[in-house]
Amino acid sequence: MAALYEATTLCVLNVGPGGSDSGISGIEPSADDDQVVVTDSARSVTVYKVSDKKALGSWTVKQGQTVTCPAIYNPQTSEYVVVTDSKVIRVWKDSDINIDRAFKTTVSADVWRVLSVPDSEPLVLFQRGAVRRLDTLLADPQQPVENVLPEEAVIRYKASSRTRWSRDLWRCSKGETLLLMQRRHPDSAARYRLEGGEAPLSCSALPCDGGVRLFCLYSSGSVYESVVPIRGAGGVVEEVQPLPRTLLLNLPVGEGKLESASAVSLDDAHVALVGVPHPSAGPGKDFLCIWNTNFQTLQAAKEMAGRIYGQLWCSCGKLYVPHGKSLSVIPFKCQKSSLAAAMGKLRQAGIPASGLYTSVPSWTAATPDMRSTVRSIASAEEVQKKVSAFLSNLKNLHVIQVAAGGLASVLVSRCQEQPGFYPHSALVQLVHSQCLSYSVCPHLLTLALEKKDYALCQFCLQVFPDIPEAVACSCLKAFLSESDGTLDTVSLERDSVAFVEGLIANSTQEGGETQQNGFCPTTQVEDGGGGPTHTTPAVLTRSSMPLDMKCPVGLHKAVLLNEILQVAYSDCFLLLHLKTLSAPQVILFLQYLQFLYGKYSQDLHTQVSALRSPAMTQILDWICLLVDAHFTVLVMAPEARELLSHLHKVVRLQVKVFSELGKIEGCLQALQKAKQSGDVCQYSIEVIELF
Amino acid sequence: MGEFTVHRVRFFHYMPSGICAMAFNRRTERLAVARTDGSVELYSRTDHFFQEKVVPGRQQRSIQALCWVGKRLFGAGLSGEIAEFDLDNLRLKFSQDAYGGPIWSIVCNPQGTHLAAGCEDGTVKLFEILEDQIRFERNMGGQKGRIISLAWHSSGTKIAAGMIDMIKVFDLDSGNAVQRLLVERGSRMQQSQECVVWSVLFLSDIIVSGDSAGKVKMWDVNTGTLIKNHQVTEWDVLTLSVSQDETSLFAGTSEGTVVQFQLLDVVLGQEEKEWVRTRTFKNHTHDVIALAEADTVIISGGMDTQLVVRPLLDKLDFKSRDSSLLKILFPQRSLVSCAKKAGLLLFQYPTHLELWLKTCPSVHLMCLFPVRLGLQGEDHVCCSAVAPCGEWIAYSTTSGIRLYRLQRDNKNVSITKVPKLPKVLRHAHQLCFSPDSSHLYGTTSSAVHVVALTSAGCKFEHSLKPNSCVDSDGKFLASANSNSEIHIYNMHKLKAHCTVPVYRSGVSAMGIHPETNNLVIVHADHQIFEFSIEQMQYTDWSRRVQKEGLHHVWLERDTPVINVTFNPQNPNHVILHDSYMFCIIDQSLPLPDRKSQFHNQLTLKSLPEAERLKHSHAFKECKLYQPLLCVDMLENQSLVVVERPLLDITTNLPAPVRQKKFAT
Repeated sequence: MAALYEATTLCVLNVGPGGSDSGISGIEPSADDDQVVVTDSARSVTVYKVSDKKALGSWTVKQGQTVTCPAIYNPQTSEYVVVTDSKVIRVWKDSDINIDRAFKTTVSADVWRVLSVPDSEPLVLFQRGAVRRLDTLLADPQQPVENVLPEEAVIRYKASSRTRWSRDLWRCSKGETLLLMQRRHPDSAARYRLEGGEAPLSCSALPCDGGVRLFCLYSSGSVYESVVPIRGAGGVVEEVQPLPRTLLLNLPVGEGKLESASAVSLDDAHVALVGVPHPSAGPGKDFLCIWNTNFQTLQAAKEMAGRIYGQLWCSCGKLYVPHGKSLSVIPFKCQKSSLAAAMGKLRQAGIPASGLYTSVPSWTAATPDMRSTVRSIASAEEVQKKVSAFLSNLKNLHVIQVAAGGLASVLVSRCQEQPGFYPHSALVQLVHSQCLSYSVCPHLLTLALEKKDYALCQFCLQVFPDIPEAVACSCLKAFLSESDGTLDTVSLERDSVAFVEGLIANSTQEGGETQQNGFCPTTQVEDGGGGPTHTTPAVLTRSSMPLDMKCPVGLHKAVLLNEILQVAYSDCFLLLHLKTLSAPQVILFLQYLQFLYGKYSQDLHTQVSALRSPAMTQILDWICLLVDAHFTVLVMAPEARELLSHLHKVVRLQVKVFSELGKIEGCLQALQKAKQSGDVCQYSIEVIELF
Repeated sequence: MGEFTVHRVRFFHYMPSGICAMAFNRRTERLAVARTDGSVELYSRTDHFFQEKVVPGRQQRSIQALCWVGKRLFGAGLSGEIAEFDLDNLRLKFSQDAYGGPIWSIVCNPQGTHLAAGCEDGTVKLFEILEDQIRFERNMGGQKGRIISLAWHSSGTKIAAGMIDMIKVFDLDSGNAVQRLLVERGSRMQQSQECVVWSVLFLSDIIVSGDSAGKVKMWDVNTGTLIKNHQVTEWDVLTLSVSQDETSLFAGTSEGTVVQFQLLDVVLGQEEKEWVRTRTFKNHTHDVIALAEADTVIISGGMDTQLVVRPLLDKLDFKSRDSSLLKILFPQRSLVSCAKKAGLLLFQYPTHLELWLKTCPSVHLMCLFPVRLGLQGEDHVCCSAVAPCGEWIAYSTTSGIRLYRLQRDNKNVSITKVPKLPKVLRHAHQLCFSPDSSHLYGTTSSAVHVVALTSAGCKFEHSLKPNSCVDSDGKFLASANSNSEIHIYNMHKLKAHCTVPVYRSGVSAMGIHPETNNLVIVHADHQIFEFSIEQMQYTDWSRRVQKEGLHHVWLERDTPVINVTFNPQNPNHVILHDSYMFCIIDQSLPLPDRKSQFHNQLTLKSLPEAERLKHSHAFKECKLYQPLLCVDMLENQSLVVVERPLLDITTNLPAPVRQKKFAT
C-alpha cells in the first residue's frame, strides 16, 4: 500500500527561458526532516521549512558566478557546501549572511557533484570520476586528482546510498551506458555495462543484501532493476563486466516515447514516477504515480497541473515535484505491500479522495504510543477499552488499516509470550474494523485456533481476504474434529447461525413427500442403463436425492464449515493440504456438503435469506476437491459407498441436463441465424404475400 | 388475397427535431410542445394524445418557454421576443420584443392577467395581457446574471426566479427582491463551474429548484432555508413539474431519467409529511428538457425527439391505451405524397422538398433521381402535394403558397414556377390535387379554395366555406376540421353537398373511394366509418362495423392511422397505415370477432389453401416494414412503402451525456 497525501506548494519556480527548464538543479535534505536545501540552477541556494512553506535562509552568489552543483547540508559540521564555477567550493553556516564572505577554496579539477553521506563526511565527485572526502580535499585543495573515466565519457547520473560508497553512471560516446561503482573502505572500483544499450532516462539506487539495487527508467516506459554486487576485496577492476537486468514494470506509454520522466525508488517494492502517463487517464495530463513493482499495480496517483519537467526528488518521506510554475511537496507513505492490501485498495476505490489523509501527523504520533500502552497494560479489559477508544478516534480508513495491523501484531506477540493473557474482545474489535488481513497479522488466526476461540476464527474467516490454504485447512480440521457439544457453547455470528437454522428447520418440516410446487417425486428408481426416460432431468435430480436427509453435523459446526466453504482458495494448493484430512473427517464433511447440495437443489436456500451463504458452485467445487484428494480412501471405505453412489447419480443427471441445455442452445442459435437478414440498402423491391 | 410488389424506400432522411418546451392546459386538456426547429404542436389529452395542430417552424426561431393563458398560447425564446400563436390559422399572431435580451422563461400568474418573462439582462419583465396584445408594465430586479427560470406563487404576489448560483424571490407589490437563496455549487470537479438553476417551482409553502449540480432542493418560503436536498443525478436537473394538488413532483435530468418525488407521511396516519423520492423512469436516451404533468400521466420530452407519455397508475389489472406507455416519435400527418399515375415521390423536409422521379418507363419504380426544391424565405414548409399526373407540385408555408410545373422530355426535367397564384390563396393548411390533376384545392381555417390548372397557368375558381383533412375524387371533395366536422362538396356544382355526423374523436385520415364515392373516415381512436356520399348515409359495411365492434387489438393501437388509400384493381380493398403497420381491409370478408386471433397472417400461411378462407377476416395486417412514413398503392398493384429506420434517427442525434457503465 502506498498513498500520496495532499500536495502543498513550497515555492514558485523561476522557469527558464522557453519553459523547458524548471530552474531547480537540486533538492537535498537539510538540518532536520522538515528542512530542505533547494538549489536554483542559476545563482541562489534557499533553505525551506517544509511544514511552514517558509524560506529560512537564502544565499546568492555574485553576478557572473554560477552554482554548478546542488548545495548539500553537512550534518556533521552543520554547514552548507556548494560548488560555484565548477572549481570553487564554498562552505558556510546558517549564521552567515553573505555567501561571498564565507569560506571558499579552489580545487585543481572540475567538480561534478558534492554528495552528502549520512553520519559521515560528504564526498566530492569530480567530473573525471575521482572521489575525495570533503575534509581531506579542503585540507589540501590543490592536490592532484586522477582521471578515472575514459576521455570521451560524461557523467550523466549519480546515485549514492547510505553506506560508504558512491557510484557513477556515465555514457561513452560509443553509445553504451557504463556503470562505474566505487566503494570506499576498502577502496574499490568496478565497471559494468548495462544491458540493452540505450541510456536510461533516470536512475535511482537502494542498498540491499550484498549489493545495490539500481532502478533505471527507459524512454520505452520500462523500469529495469539491476543488482550490483559489492565485492569484499578491494582493488580496482579495469575490465568492463556486463550487468544483467530484470524487467520490473512495463508502463503504458501511449504513442511515442517518454521524453522527460523520472523515477525514484521509495522502498524495495515501490517506485515513484513522474512524467509517465497514467494508465487510465487521457493524454495531456501529467501524473505523479507510485507503482508497486511486486504486483505491477498502480498504488497511488496524483495529477500534476501544468508542465512537468521530468524532475523528482525524494527526501524524508516527501516527494518534490516541480510542475507548472510551482514546486510541490507531496508527503507519501509506503506500507509493506501485501496482496490483501492491494485487494483492499480496490475495494476502497469508491471512497472520495478528498476524505483521505487529513490528519497525517496524528497517526505517526498515535501509533507508537498506543503500541507501548498495549504492551504494558495488565488486564485484557483495559486493553479492550483502549483499543475501542483508539479505533473510534480514527475516522480515516487508511490510517486504521496501518494502525490496526500494528496493534494486532503487538497483541498477538504478547499473547504468545504471556500464556495467561488473551484479550478476546479487543481482538474481535480489531478484526471487526475490517482493516486486518492475514498477511498483516499472520499469527492471529493460528492463535485463535490454539485458544479454541472459534468466534474469532469465524470473524477472521469472514473478514480476511487472503487466508493461506494450509491455514484454512487446519481450521477445517479443527472444526471437524471438535465435538458438537463444545461447539454449541460458542457464540457465533447470528446471521450465519440463522441461515443454517433455516436450512435444518426446512429439512425437518418438509420431509420428502411434499414440495413447494406441489410436485410429488416419483418412486421410480433410476436404472443404470440411462436409456430414454420420460421424466425430465430436474425431476430425476429430486427423486434421486435423499431429501429427508438430516444434517450430519451440529448447528454451530455447520456454521463454521460454511465459513470455510466461502474462503478464497486455489485448488492446486488446497488439494495438497486436503490430503492431510483423516478418512472419518472426509466422510463427515462430504456428508455435510451433500446435505447442503440437497437443500440447495430444492431451492430452499432462496427462502432462507442470509447476508453470507455459500454459493452452489462453492459447494460443488469443495465436493470435487474432496473426492479428488481422497478418492482411493473413499472407494475402499464401506461407509462411504452410499455417499459415493448418490454423488454419482447427481453427476450423471447434471451431465444429462447440460447435454439437453446444449441442444436447446443449438436450436436457439439456429433460430437466431434464421432471423438475421442483412437488408440495409436504401431501396429495394420485394414481394410479399398477404393471406 | 394475393401477392404485392413492394417498393421499399429508405431514402427519405426525415429527422425529427428535439423537444425544447412543453405546456399543458388543464382547462382545455391540450398539450403544446415546442421543438428546436421552432414548430409548435398541439396534442389532445382526451383524444389519446392525437396531434391536432402543428404551427410550422421558422428558421432562427427558438422557443425556450411556452405558456397557456386561458385558451391563448404564448411562447418566448432566445430571440428576445414574446409571441402569441394563432391556433386557428396556425401561425404567429403577433410578437413583441421584450428588450431584455434572450428570454429564458415565461410564466403567467394564476389569475391569467399578467405574464412575467425572465431575461438575459437579469430582469423579470411584467406584461399585462390585453385582448389582442400584451403591454409592458414594469421591470423587477436588474442586477447582473440572467434569469433562467421563473415560478409564480399561487397567491400571485410573489415570483421565484432561478438564476446562476442563486434563487431570488420578488415581491410583486414592491417590485423588490425579498429573499435571496444561495445554491451551492457541485462537489469536486464542478466546484469551479457555476451552478445554473434550470428550473424552479413555487408551491404554497416551499420553493423547489433543480440545478446543474444535479440536485433537487426544497426551500422554506418564509425563512428561505434549505429543507431538503436530493442529489438526483451527476449531471443537470433540467426541468421540474408538479401535480395540481402539490403532492407529487417530477424532475427531468440530462441522463434521460424522470424522477418522481411524493409528499408522503413520515409515520403512517400522522400529520407530518415529507418529500420522498419514489420512482425513476428512464424512457429517454438524451436530456429531458420539458415535463408536463396531466393528472394521471407524466409527459416528458427532450433532445431524443420523442414525446413520452408515462401513465402513473401502472398497477392496473386490465391493459388499455390509457395505462400503457406511449411514445410519439413521428408526425401524425403524412410528409410524403405519391403521384400514383406517374410514380413520383415527394418528400417534405422543413426547409426543402425532394422529388424522386421514375426515369425508366418500366413497371418498376427504378432508377430514381432526386430533384431538390429549395425554399425561399425563412418559414418552414407546412404542407405539400404532388398531382397524380406528376406535372404539378405545390407547397405552402405560413407566408405563401407556391406552385411548380414539372416538364419532362426523355431525360431532361425542368421545373418552372407558376406565377400569379390567386391572392386569396395565401396560406393553406392542406393541399390536394383532383384525381385528374385539373384542380388544386387548398384549405385555410375558414374555406376551401379551388384553383383550376391549365397548361397556360392557373385560375381561381371558387371558395367553399367551412378545415384540415381533404380528399377528393373529382366529383366530390370532403374536408374535415379540427372539431371533427366533415363537410362534403360537390365539385361539379361547386356547392356544399352534405355533412357527416360528428364523432367525438378527431379525424386522423380519410379518403373517397374513386369508384363507389364512399368516404372512409378513420378517427384518432381508430374507429372506422364508411359514408356513402351519394346516399348521404353510412354504408351497410360501416353499420356492421359499428354493430359488431372492432377488435380490441385494433382499438388498442397507439399510433393513429395516417393515410387511407384504395386498391385500383380491387374496389373492396381499403389500405390504411400508421407508423408501425399497414393494413389492407377486405370489405368482402367477415369482420374479426372478439375471440378470434387478430394477427392471423402466420396462422393462415401455415394452413392449406382450402381452409384459409374459413379462418381469414377483413383485416390483413402487415408489420414487416417499420416505422412507416407513407404507404401508397400505385396503379399496377404495387405498394410504395417509405420507411425511416429508427437506427438512422438515433445515429443522427448528438451524443448523450456520458454515463459510467460497469467495467468501462
